Amino acid sequence: MGRLAGSVGILHIGRVPFTACVTVSGNERQQQAWYLRQLSGRQHESCLHERPPVHRIRCFQLTCRRPIRPAYGVALHTTPAMFPIKESRFLSGDVKLFRVEAPRIARKRQAGQFVIVRIHEHGERIPLTIADSDVEEGTITIIVQGVGKTTRLLNQLEAGDSILDVVGPLGEPSEIKKFGTVVVIGGGVGTAIAYPTAVAMKQAGNHVITIVGARNQSLLILEDEVRATSDELYLMTDDGSCGEHGFVTQKLQALIDQGRTIDHVLAIGPIPMMRAVAEVTRPHQIPTIVSLNPIMVDGTGMCGGCRVYVGKECKFACVDGPEFDAHQVDFTNLIQRNKMYRDREQESLEAFEVDPTDDLEEAHHCHMEQKFPEVGPRTV
Amino acid sequence: MVDKLPPKERTKIPRQVMPEQEACQRAHNFDEVNLGLTEAIAQRESQRCLTCADPKCTHGCPVGVQIREVVDLVREGEYLSAAAKLREDNVLPAVTGRVCPQENQCEGACVLARRFNSLAIGHIERFVADYERQTGQVGLPERAPLTGKKVAIVGSGPAGLSCAGDLSLKGHEVTVFEALHEIGGVLIYGIPEFRLPKEIVRQEVENMRAMGIDFQTNVVIGKTVTIDELFNEEGYDAVFIATGAGLPKFMNIPGEQLAGVYSANEFLTRVNLMKAYDPDQYDSPIYDCRGRNVAIVGGGNTAMDSVRSALRLGAKNAYIIYRRSEEEMPARGEEVHHAKDEGVQFMNLHNPLEFVGNEEGNLSGVKLVKMELGEADESGRRRPVPIEGSEFVMPIDMAVVAIGTGANPLVQSTTPDMATNKWGYIVADEETLRTNKRGVFAGGDIVSGAATVILAMGAGRVAARSMHEFLETGQW
Repeated sequence: MGRLAGSVGILHIGRVPFTACVTVSGNERQQQAWYLRQLSGRQHESCLHERPPVHRIRCFQLTCRRPIRPAYGVALHTTPAMFPIKESRFLSGDVKLFRVEAPRIARKRQAGQFVIVRIHEHGERIPLTIADSDVEEGTITIIVQGVGKTTRLLNQLEAGDSILDVVGPLGEPSEIKKFGTVVVIGGGVGTAIAYPTAVAMKQAGNHVITIVGARNQSLLILEDEVRATSDELYLMTDDGSCGEHGFVTQKLQALIDQGRTIDHVLAIGPIPMMRAVAEVTRPHQIPTIVSLNPIMVDGTGMCGGCRVYVGKECKFACVDGPEFDAHQVDFTNLIQRNKMYRDREQESLEAFEVDPTDDLEEAHHCHMEQKFPEVGPRTV
Repeated sequence: MVDKLPPKERTKIPRQVMPEQEACQRAHNFDEVNLGLTEAIAQRESQRCLTCADPKCTHGCPVGVQIREVVDLVREGEYLSAAAKLREDNVLPAVTGRVCPQENQCEGACVLARRFNSLAIGHIERFVADYERQTGQVGLPERAPLTGKKVAIVGSGPAGLSCAGDLSLKGHEVTVFEALHEIGGVLIYGIPEFRLPKEIVRQEVENMRAMGIDFQTNVVIGKTVTIDELFNEEGYDAVFIATGAGLPKFMNIPGEQLAGVYSANEFLTRVNLMKAYDPDQYDSPIYDCRGRNVAIVGGGNTAMDSVRSALRLGAKNAYIIYRRSEEEMPARGEEVHHAKDEGVQFMNLHNPLEFVGNEEGNLSGVKLVKMELGEADESGRRRPVPIEGSEFVMPIDMAVVAIGTGANPLVQSTTPDMATNKWGYIVADEETLRTNKRGVFAGGDIVSGAATVILAMGAGRVAARSMHEFLETGQW
């Protein structure tokens, strides 16, 4: 007998639709029949959605013959905060874009800010930059690269699923004003983080030069969006499979060598890339901003886990940043601190890849619960 | 039903002791250390109460629990009524019965304390609350008719919860905003499971939900919504700011940036809120303390919680590094005692000068200097003075800095027209807890600086009273 997810709704009165959410693996018909017997109900409508990877989660709507009364003292209103995913699509192999319903955050968010996300009850809190927002629709866009357990799990979610906790907007917004010529550099998924700032820079009347770097063509993301917001766009790939062959710093160096006036540089991507950009602009004293990615827990300034050292001073990236003057940042320390949990991260990822079932069950929030909000999730 | 004994007889009963987990066993698990009174012990303890005509204990309690009445009901075996009585003044009895420093409050004021041992009020309170919870028959107080007024509470720690409870009973529509994903503030992220099981906090929050209070998690007031927007766009009539003192202080000594150096807030948040002690079930990682040397800097309750958590995570040696002597330690005597029994090593009169790291940027040791006590300073405590030439390096793999917290500036920075003092704490009138901004009240640690759970709850009650008055009269 396979595993059954713990999500069973409780009804107050009468003959009302009853929700169940079941993980089906092995002999499906047998599973279904067993599950339905357990509920002593009959199947009313089945299979609202089905997902392909690894195993299947199905939602059934059942009609319960006998209303189940809540026991005295059983909490019925523990409905957790939920943020429904409106749209999701892969931008490249392991980079996925999500549009998530979060009206309050959508209204307040400015370029450069981020959210902290927790996917399920046993999950960790991870920071993700807000790439875009739509105030009318009340949605924010986040772009996630599947690098470890939590991001890979998140990337298995689809439109219709929900994220348990999304908090934000956090951090200080980017400094946006008319600088003149601004070079925006995005490396890998950093492009997604640089993109909103590039848009804001353009709107502020700057001449925006964008340099986007990736290992190869298949990892380039948001090319059309970035092209639309840039006055000049340079694509760089490490293997030359698209655009020019080489690193983003080579292009930046070339622009400087051509004698182009550059008033402001924003670089977002892997730490070695940001450090290299800082070294290119340092001799020319071009103001350079980087968006740092230290380990975070709460994201509201209460723990200092994300502390970075800028010009010898201790700063909390979640409240003082995440953007800092690249010429002042202690990158070596940032790299060392980011390695702190490497073994544990590796273990988690390996365990997840061997058996993602439990986590997927936790992360999957039944459609039916959204359809029938009077049925609280996971109350028994 | 037990008859009252004559006072002489009552004083002959020794103060009853609460059973606890054996030190050798509890040092390796996160289960609660104190096991709670049995009904028989609670009965016997309640016999000791002298039922004073003017009970000093109630004056000693920051929220003014009617202790004599509660103890009377316990003696009569009316535990559920006792719980209901308790709830009239205290929304979190199961919590305060566990974490209050009763020796400085109700029990310190108890008449028995003068010649005998004080009545174990905290233990009785805890017994009553646990009894009520276990029966599932929670006697929630009656709510007044709805007034139609909306109140926003910023922060769901002890101050916010007690204010929310009182205002809701007075018939106002209360919404509590919390930045984290769980309700309870320090009760959830700060105080460890072995002192306060999180399930108890969750149950108390459920009780408050049942009272009609709305809780909204993941809302950072100042970022997601500002105070002004609460009034103008979301239509609240009054706001209570109870964001606490959650900004960690560091020592600003060399090497604090090394991997392996934690603030107590981060360490405890990972352990308590994110349950990093259970890596098979939960995803948040924490430094692998197994077989390592761990040092905690500080001498308060936070330091004790951190050091005892580190032991339970498997530390080989867990040290407390404190610059004064044990006498000056601000931690509760009970906690220091528990920590010692569990095998914590106290290095009093030592001060860290520097954290030492290896070439990979990981912590490898701490440079300490021995201290001696000099003249008394203005606070009356003898000032620790370093002994010259006594520096030495102690090898450690992980350190937790637990030297206090300051005011988190998130709310204040986006509410520029609200007055703060030079340390960033909000300025509020002592009696009414009004700030200089109309309709905005503030209380708890964000006004007083880091203090105790029960003092914050006291502030919440004061705020509730004064907010109710403002909502009724509209006068500022």
